Amino acid sequence: MDAIYWPSFFFLLFSFIACAFALGVLLAKNIVRMAFYLVLSLSSTAGLFFLAGADFVGAMQLMIYVGGTLVLLIFGVMLTSQERFIEMRTSSGEWVVAFFIGLMLFFTLGKAAFGVAAWSGLDRETAEAVQVEQTVTPLAMGLLGARVDKLDEPDAAKQEGMAGYLFQFEIVSVHLLVVLVGAAYLARAKRKASGASAGGS
Amino acid sequence: MNPIIANLLTEPVGVSHYVVVGAFMFTCGVLCMATKRNALGILMGIEMVLNGANLNFIAFGSRYLRNDANSLGLDGQLISLFVIVLAAAEAAVALAIVLNFYNNTGSIDVDGADQLRG
Repeated sequence: MDAIYWPSFFFLLFSFIACAFALGVLLAKNIVRMAFYLVLSLSSTAGLFFLAGADFVGAMQLMIYVGGTLVLLIFGVMLTSQERFIEMRTSSGEWVVAFFIGLMLFFTLGKAAFGVAAWSGLDRETAEAVQVEQTVTPLAMGLLGARVDKLDEPDAAKQEGMAGYLFQFEIVSVHLLVVLVGAAYLARAKRKASGASAGGS
Repeated sequence: MNPIIANLLTEPVGVSHYVVVGAFMFTCGVLCMATKRNALGILMGIEMVLNGANLNFIAFGSRYLRNDANSLGLDGQLISLFVIVLAAAEAAVALAIVLNFYNNTGSIDVDGADQLRG
């Protein structure tokens, strides 16, 4: 038997952790446990990103998603976790319907995933010969509007579509600013209309 | 050993395997959105759906999984960066709405949010 190809081993490990805890989020009754399972699931997804060669995106997944977004969600859980909201049951009829819908959805997507021959992976010699290169500089240049990764594109018509992502980057920046102002406006502490508590709620 | 497992361990994985993992996370997220009654549970389902989509973008852009001219290349990673940032923005607004709902109604059960029915 051939030697174990370690990236595949780690792919299986990380994908098993990610899938198991995603299932845990779905099946857990307790909202605090769901939040914890989601942290583990998204962290091992970052491991999958690293395995696919996306080092910067994996780091951003850990820093923004796990370190930022999920901490925000956990704050939400802490602010609202009264005794009667920690565990909320779903009726078993809904579970049965959801189970069958999920099964159908997953089988459709899975069958589509294995239906394309070009997606089945490289052979071992080719995969080991792929040069490792860091993606931070090309990504940053792409966000600034210069695609240094595709400089050798011969087709002039294709080159016009490779103008980079500066415009989208600007839009996302302004969008993030507007969203944060809006979120702060929505979530601000309001004075009670009755006027009984002057310090806000 | 089972030949499929042995083949998985000794051969590099491809885009298909990543897509299956992404499909699983997507399905879990959709079911989470559909079945949870806690508003924060629904938010977690949305996060999982976005994460499954992100996994697909990364897989289609990776040169380790598919090294031909049709690969997305760096575009996949750039798009998934945008998805991560937009997910953060979405979580902030959704959390503000949920907290507002909680302050107004004293409950976080989405089944109780039926004031717009008239």
